[in-house]
Amino acid sequence: MEDYEAQEVEFWAKLEEEGMSRSSMLRRSAAAAFGLTIMGSASTALGATRARLAGPPTVETKAGLALLVKNAKKEGHLNTIALPPDWANYGEMISTFSKKYGIPITNDNPDGSSAQENEAIRSLKGDSRAPDVVDVSLSFAIAGANEGLYAKYFNTNYKTIPRALKDTRGYWMGDYWGAVSIGYNKSLVSNPPKTWKDLTKPEYKGKVAMNGSPLSSGSAIAGVFAATLGAGGTLSDVGPGIDFFAALKKSGNFIPVQTTPQTVASGQTPISIDWDYNNLAYVKEFPAANWGVSIPSDGVYAAYYAQAINATAPHPWAARLWEEFCYSDQGQLIWLKGFSHPARFNDLAQRKVLPKNLLAALPSSALYAKVKFASLSQQTKAKAKIASDWPSKVG
Amino acid sequence: MATLPFFVYTIAFLFVPAGAVMLGAFQDKHDHATFSNIKLLFHHPYIDAYWGSIRISLITATIGAIFGMFVAYAAIREGTPRWIRSALSTFSGVAANFGGIPLAFAFIATLGPLGVVTVWFRNAGYDLSTKWPHFQLFSERGIELAYLYFQLPLMILVIAPAIDGLKREWREAASNLGAKGWQFWRYVGIPVLMPSFLGAFILLFGNAFAAYATAYSINQGQNIVPILIGAYYTGNVLDNPHLAQALAFGMFLVLALMMLIYIPLQRRSARWAK
Repeated sequence: MEDYEAQEVEFWAKLEEEGMSRSSMLRRSAAAAFGLTIMGSASTALGATRARLAGPPTVETKAGLALLVKNAKKEGHLNTIALPPDWANYGEMISTFSKKYGIPITNDNPDGSSAQENEAIRSLKGDSRAPDVVDVSLSFAIAGANEGLYAKYFNTNYKTIPRALKDTRGYWMGDYWGAVSIGYNKSLVSNPPKTWKDLTKPEYKGKVAMNGSPLSSGSAIAGVFAATLGAGGTLSDVGPGIDFFAALKKSGNFIPVQTTPQTVASGQTPISIDWDYNNLAYVKEFPAANWGVSIPSDGVYAAYYAQAINATAPHPWAARLWEEFCYSDQGQLIWLKGFSHPARFNDLAQRKVLPKNLLAALPSSALYAKVKFASLSQQTKAKAKIASDWPSKVG
Repeated sequence: MATLPFFVYTIAFLFVPAGAVMLGAFQDKHDHATFSNIKLLFHHPYIDAYWGSIRISLITATIGAIFGMFVAYAAIREGTPRWIRSALSTFSGVAANFGGIPLAFAFIATLGPLGVVTVWFRNAGYDLSTKWPHFQLFSERGIELAYLYFQLPLMILVIAPAIDGLKREWREAASNLGAKGWQFWRYVGIPVLMPSFLGAFILLFGNAFAAYATAYSINQGQNIVPILIGAYYTGNVLDNPHLAQALAFGMFLVLALMMLIYIPLQRRSARWAK
């Protein structure tokens, strides 16, 4: 167990390094975003006045929590968007929050994408159905903050979120991270694939799928990044990863079926490249699928999603209470129970509040030792390369 | 006055959105005028996506139009029991509207890698994907097969009234004048049907060209224009609505080009009617 903690500390140090280039990017874009920021906060104030409430805080203190709960209960509702109940254990997050505070939640478009979340903020402005909070991938979080879509909010646990996982202006913060893993149906795949190279073996013909196409799915992009590492490439050029999938397609191993819980349960996607938290959740959810999970040793890539509050949220207090709940120890453990690594994992580990049975359910920490995160510029570059090469090479 | 609702409807749901797409196609992220989106369309992978879309549309429209006409003729001609005709038109009415995710699901459940038929053959020792016909549902052939499921019935529905219009008296008159079967078709049947046939072909082409959900559910990596537009509009990854609008604008152009070919052909084929 001590060994595990040491690995974690080392890993977070690496994470900080990876994050440096991103924060310098942020500083540069901060000036450009300033004008929009003013507009964003003006409309927040407007919405709050209309609700006849004193404006919700931008910085929360332990002492202010009682008022937050009171006003959130007065609003009596919370709108979330694009939270699949079996993704990072969001189902339990939603039901626990509702029960704890007596605030019902409407979760719109559970299988929606980050683009749809930001679009819902824009198009439903002023509507009581607008999402109060969003969970978006990093590039959309940065774009949304620069566009003035989000409200500034520093929750009470903001300080214990690692620096690399948060926006220093308080517009968004990373919620949880996951690494790319290979899930497989033990009944249909007798010899489990352990590395990216393994996937090229002829025995996996017609079996390898991804959670979507990298043209539209963040987890599939992560798959290309990880495969790039597996093929000996670097995160600055995902060419080798694209070629890897092109070769898999040519050999007939790759099938362009999007993995869903249904395809896993039915055996239609016998091998699935997906976030570890999704694959690990399938193990428990579909015992009949006999699901196993490998963290491929020749390429470990991880990425995180981010939380943000709608600047024109119809329920601004409830939105802030939701953030408080997600970043409380209780909320963080709910994410961990969904096999994702919550943002405050390190803090929880140091304070020794991580239950042993939850840790035991995760793959050995040694497997995550070589994990790599892409910087924003690397992600932008990868997307451009994938957009131009993937449709013709893999398609 | 009575047509007012129609014009309000077409303006609100056809001209305004189409205008917005055309305008957006020539704008950059900051809404400045630009041709860069349009220029991109002539480069890969976008040009390949257009070829992919046109290929699938032409193949399914051709097969659908020819076979659909034969089936419709067989059901309508003299001597076919009446119930066959009504059963066929009822089925066609349903099947022509059976598209999108339910259709894709039906094909995945029957011909997908774990579909009933695929597994049945595999259990019998024959793998359809490795031996003849080398069929894979996720391939272009597979998507075309799925499209034909709605293209054929649509053709039957659209062409049936035209075949009905082939009067029995014409045939009798032709044979009284000594025409053989092929001569009747060469000089009467085909010329009468040609304008409707061409019109139906264009309809089928447009139907396949714009189809999105069916192809997306079978293979969301398939390089066709509607799927690329979807990726640029609603994905988690690519966020460039103006390029999506340019792609849609390109689709307008392809359809406009089809109409440009179609109108003179149609006029020529309808010469006899004057």
